[in-house]
Amino acid sequence: MQHESALEAREPPVRAIGFVRRYIFSVDHKVIGLQYYALALVAVFVGMALSWLMRIHLVWPNWPIPGLHFLSKTGAPGNVMTPEYYLSLLTMHGTIMVFFVLTNAPFAALGNYFLPLQIGAEDMAFPRLNMLSFWITFLAFCVLMSSFFVSDGPPISGWTAYAPLSAVGSAAGPGQGMGQTLWAISIGIFCVASLLGALNFIATTLDMRTRGMTLMRMPLSTWAWFITSCISLFAFAVLLPTCILLCLDRMADTSFFVPSGLVISDRLQPHSGGSALLWQHLFWFFGHPEVYIAILPAAGIVSHVLINGLRRPLLSHKAIIFSMVAIGFLSYVVWGHHMFVSGMNPTSSLVFSFPTIIITIPAAVLTLTWLGSIYGSRLRLTTASLFALGFISMFVSGGLSGFFLAQPSIDIYLHATYFVVGHFHIVMGVAAIFGVFAGTYFWFPKMTGRMLNEGLGRIHFWGSFVGAYCIFMPFHYLGMAGNVRRYAAFVDDYMAPLMSVHRFITIAALVMGIVQMIFLVNLLYSLWRGPKAPDNPWECTSLEWATSSPPPADNFGGRSPIVYRDPYQYGVDAAGKDFVMQNEPFYAESASIPHLAEAAEAQE
Amino acid sequence: MRKAFALIVVLVAIGSAVPVILHWWPMAPDISADGHLIDQQMASTMVEVGSAFLLAQFLLAYFVYRSADRGTHENIRSIPGGVKLAVFVAVAFVGAELLALGMQGQRAWAIQYFSTPDPNAMTIQAQAGQFAYYFRYPGLDGKLGATHPEKINEGDQNFFGLDLEKDVAARDDVVSAELAIPVNRQIRLLLHTKDVGHSFYVPELRVQQDFVPGLDLMVHFTATKVGKYEIVCTQLCGMGHHSMRAYLRVMPQAEFDDWLKQKASEQ
Amino acid sequence: MSLSHVIPSKPPLPRGQRDNSALPPTRDDKPGKHLDASAPEPALTGIWVALATIAMMFAAFTSAAVVRQGASNDWEHIALPALLYINTGILILSGIALELARRTYLNGVKHGMPSAKIAVRWLTFSLLSGVAFLVGQIVVWWQLLARSVDFISSPTNSFFYVLTVFHAVHVAGGIGGLVRIWVKMRRFDLKRSTLNATCWYWHFMSVLWIYIFVLLIWKF
Repeated sequence: MQHESALEAREPPVRAIGFVRRYIFSVDHKVIGLQYYALALVAVFVGMALSWLMRIHLVWPNWPIPGLHFLSKTGAPGNVMTPEYYLSLLTMHGTIMVFFVLTNAPFAALGNYFLPLQIGAEDMAFPRLNMLSFWITFLAFCVLMSSFFVSDGPPISGWTAYAPLSAVGSAAGPGQGMGQTLWAISIGIFCVASLLGALNFIATTLDMRTRGMTLMRMPLSTWAWFITSCISLFAFAVLLPTCILLCLDRMADTSFFVPSGLVISDRLQPHSGGSALLWQHLFWFFGHPEVYIAILPAAGIVSHVLINGLRRPLLSHKAIIFSMVAIGFLSYVVWGHHMFVSGMNPTSSLVFSFPTIIITIPAAVLTLTWLGSIYGSRLRLTTASLFALGFISMFVSGGLSGFFLAQPSIDIYLHATYFVVGHFHIVMGVAAIFGVFAGTYFWFPKMTGRMLNEGLGRIHFWGSFVGAYCIFMPFHYLGMAGNVRRYAAFVDDYMAPLMSVHRFITIAALVMGIVQMIFLVNLLYSLWRGPKAPDNPWECTSLEWATSSPPPADNFGGRSPIVYRDPYQYGVDAAGKDFVMQNEPFYAESASIPHLAEAAEAQE
Repeated sequence: MRKAFALIVVLVAIGSAVPVILHWWPMAPDISADGHLIDQQMASTMVEVGSAFLLAQFLLAYFVYRSADRGTHENIRSIPGGVKLAVFVAVAFVGAELLALGMQGQRAWAIQYFSTPDPNAMTIQAQAGQFAYYFRYPGLDGKLGATHPEKINEGDQNFFGLDLEKDVAARDDVVSAELAIPVNRQIRLLLHTKDVGHSFYVPELRVQQDFVPGLDLMVHFTATKVGKYEIVCTQLCGMGHHSMRAYLRVMPQAEFDDWLKQKASEQ
Repeated sequence: MSLSHVIPSKPPLPRGQRDNSALPPTRDDKPGKHLDASAPEPALTGIWVALATIAMMFAAFTSAAVVRQGASNDWEHIALPALLYINTGILILSGIALELARRTYLNGVKHGMPSAKIAVRWLTFSLLSGVAFLVGQIVVWWQLLARSVDFISSPTNSFFYVLTVFHAVHVAGGIGGLVRIWVKMRRFDLKRSTLNATCWYWHFMSVLWIYIFVLLIWKF
């Protein structure tokens, strides 16, 4: 696939490094990408296990779960979960999934591995900083996990950690002592790692592109990672100060978020004058962009994978890029829609609902561009493209249910119900994870040199697709019936008739979890036993396929590729192929056409 | 595989819509004077968003069904209109949504939040704490006594921290664990929390408002149907969050007067 | 789908050379080589991005302070110690000295007459005054604590310490950077991009301090 003429010879760097420097404290972006991926994989299974425990507790509250008391003696006496331990699991599930899965897997893991490859760079701009980012993230994960093992367990204030519940210490309930402190520290550390990572991504995209790789010639996945790193730069730059202020309220008795005169557990709190809404404003200023930090990389990956499956470029390359940029900008002016009923000025609610609905325009442009591009294509239904198509379906479902919540008046009824849970799980959770799955099935050959099993992959897709709808669509029905979220048990009379829906969801969640085991088995089996992958198994055009599978330590064997054209030259008739790679100077057919051959020669 | 994909997407889409269309799990019955505005808006959003949902899923299924790896001999076709059509549809759809629902929604929102309560609305204070609500009626003098957080003492049943010795206005305040209100009379509910954030949610009333620590808020509503409903907390407030609830009892005016009298005599 | 969109086009070279020279230089490259201005500088891009982040963090603190001030009426004014004015002057002097060091060094390189000694002298001055600023800040905190302006007694105090300490932490990082270029400059092994990046960071610390100081005078 490689054209020698297109590559410039370079001295291959001499690398004589030991195991530790190569695989553990590696500065190679590919190893770091895999480390992030492995961390996200561990995190996602932990998070999923927690959701299993929660779902089982909700519908069979008195069912002993064998071994649970090993995890927490106080939280699960006799293996039966207490309500407060349910809230701990809920908090940890949210935190793990949002930070360590949805931020790490589509952005840090796949981005780290493929962004430098897609722009023809040898590594990230700051390899050592990259290594540091990963290990700081790992530290944040360890700190968060350690809250499982402190005496009163993990925090119970949810992943949003609303003050003053999160700020007044153990008076507010079990887990609000040491556990909540560890939570705040962990998220603070995570912010530092994300900031360093985002900085690295931006510098790499701007400065490390190979010759000919203009910004508009970057693949859509690279664009998505670039835009995401710009978003996360500002989002995490706000969350870090917020966590610092929370830690100070907790440890130094300052009063940033805690107002005067609170009586908790019959004790008057020492704080005075703080603003509870300040926490919500700061947190959601980060929290809403965070949704796009999860979904945009997935959208980029899906575009990249989908184009390859469709064998044609999308209707418009620019429309996708501009839409993603627009979403990035708008994501900073909509945070108030999380606070419609939280005592914010009611005029602000109307003001915030406006950009919230406007943000649907770029999202709809993305969706319709994908949809329209499927029409009349030569679709190859690999597992990767199945997940990409599944992503579109999920993106539509989850995005549209956001229409209800974007309207303040409807939000009066639906706020804090399972409708919200269903909405963000589909659009932020399932859709983003589908993007990661699409990327995994697509890039696994490049990352490991082996193919994943397509048969198991299809079972995995159908199970996940139908399973996700079975779990999260009923959440919307529950919400419309007024079922409140974050309840450890449904003791209210009007919620009793909804238990059958909850039982259905729990069974669907258990089945869905088993389906994910198929993915894990496929991953591990193929890692050792999968058939060897060729360099470019999917006949893709972008630069990551212009090197061996897996790529050598310096990515392109000491030769920087030169880029001659836009990223997605599919659907052409080029010497029996239907695609032309970005680094191919010309293809055989054009050699017979005089002016094309001349043009090609002029390139040399 | 294309056929299977198309079929399953269509089935999933229809399956998702059926419970909504057939009202398997309907919204709570509306018992408020203004809730129908929210319900109307919900219904029209459901029509618009629901049809967009079905249309998008069907198009996805249909396009996948129709496309095929035909090999290189057949040219790739682009959808007529191309990306311009996509942008046009996106802007038109969202624009229509904004116009149609924005106006309507603003009215529903305004009635809840921009209208001042009726001058003869009945004032009640709700205090949320971990994990119970208490409601305070001003008594005969029509005045609520001042609260003193340091005087709160659950053992003495002084849930609000009233100063009964010095504060005359506080002496005749009636405190109740359930919210009894007269039917068809506007209620002006003052929301105060003694500890962390809570929320006041009665699905039937179409009212939801957070209790914000350090910030006293107000909601107003009119219940139009006699009955007993649940008030639930929707803002995560600690270990007993799920059990934090109270009853809302809507009574005829006469029955309410008796109730208030009886409550006052008990204290 | 016509053929036209796959006609090979001339690979443009956006923003200077984009090929191998864009890659990080290896260890055995001679120092003079890095002073070629045409190569893109990830270090500079990186530092600009970092400065944007730091600015955003202080913006977050500022907006938190403004919201907190409006939230209740416990905002008290602090009589700022006079030493803060002196510290401000020291930090500005340090920035000027660093700029002189940078210009002397680069000028020397350009004319093939490495005047590293003078540059190092300016740099030393800059570094020492940076340290003096930090020491001065510590003295300010100590003075205020002696006046029992402690961390928690009012939100004004809390934000005063948060802003100044968070700034001092970043200044400490900058001093680390200055030490690094000091060592490299003495060895005449300093890349232009490293020098420029460090200078931008250090100047930004001054700008940031002036911003904080104005905020302190105006709001605190």
